[in-house]
Amino acid sequence: MLVVTAFAIVRMRRLFATVMLAGVFSLLSALLFVVMDAVDVAFTEAAVGAGISTVLMLGTLALTSRVEKRPTHSHFLPLLVVAMTGAVLIYGTMDMPNFGSPDAPPQVHVAPEYLEQSPHEIGVPNVVTAILASYRGFDTLGETAVVFAAGIGVLFLISGLRTRREDDAADDNENGREGGEA
Amino acid sequence: MMRHHLILRVVTKLLVGTMILFAFYVQFHGDYSPGGGFQAGVIMAVAFIIYGVVFSLRDAQAVFPPWLVHKLVALGVIIYAGTGVVSMLLGYEYLHYGAFTPHHMEHGQHYGILIVELGVGVTVTGVMVAVYYAFAGRPPRISDEEW
Repeated sequence: MLVVTAFAIVRMRRLFATVMLAGVFSLLSALLFVVMDAVDVAFTEAAVGAGISTVLMLGTLALTSRVEKRPTHSHFLPLLVVAMTGAVLIYGTMDMPNFGSPDAPPQVHVAPEYLEQSPHEIGVPNVVTAILASYRGFDTLGETAVVFAAGIGVLFLISGLRTRREDDAADDNENGREGGEA
Repeated sequence: MMRHHLILRVVTKLLVGTMILFAFYVQFHGDYSPGGGFQAGVIMAVAFIIYGVVFSLRDAQAVFPPWLVHKLVALGVIIYAGTGVVSMLLGYEYLHYGAFTPHHMEHGQHYGILIVELGVGVTVTGVMVAVYYAFAGRPPRISDEEW
């Protein structure tokens, strides 16, 4: 279903439908994460991918046009690049251990330590939260700072900090631009 | 803006409160169940955004004014970083949550995680709502009928 949705997104010329399908795509991948027992990731994907970014893309869409432009150059080179990247990625998965295999690198590195230690050291039942906020506290601080910086950047780019004058369309001589935030 | 969509407006009014409540649940229950600051912040922001989408930007900004949003963006990072500074002042390493209750490390970790996640949630809410305001605040090119 993910593949079908992806093809539909590529084929679609009407951007409204494309945005909606992108939301569907996020929701489907959230389901995939649930199937793989990564509930926290699925939660994030559903909230951010299907929720916020759809709304933001709709907001962007309202500022630009509604129909995708016809491409002016040939499809051949992009298609070649995409096909080669895909082939390399698939080749890369050949070396990966089976799903859930006990001697996969993530299973034998620090994860067992965290799983064993966190009930005594942190005393928090959700190990994901324990790792995120305590063992990896610096990383999460960095992530928060990145979110902060991204927000500030978008605000400066599309000048949301200026107080907006009502029904004043005189200053729309600059193009609507999208600040990808997902 | 959307004066004619009665069902949407009623359902939104019913749901916004629930969404905010759910955001708080995800926020403060994050150490027992899936979720945490990032998810809670997004859900909280969505509550305000959907209010802005269904009613109007002006209504949403009356509830949650932009100056407050912009302050929140920074406040969250300050809460997070401040936690580290406090733990340092108490004589431990930066972001060592055990510092808050030296006789019982686990409790300190618990409080620390709660505070830090609160900081994350506040920043994420602020950023998401601020970005939405910035996008929605520009005069649209497409009129409502064209959709």
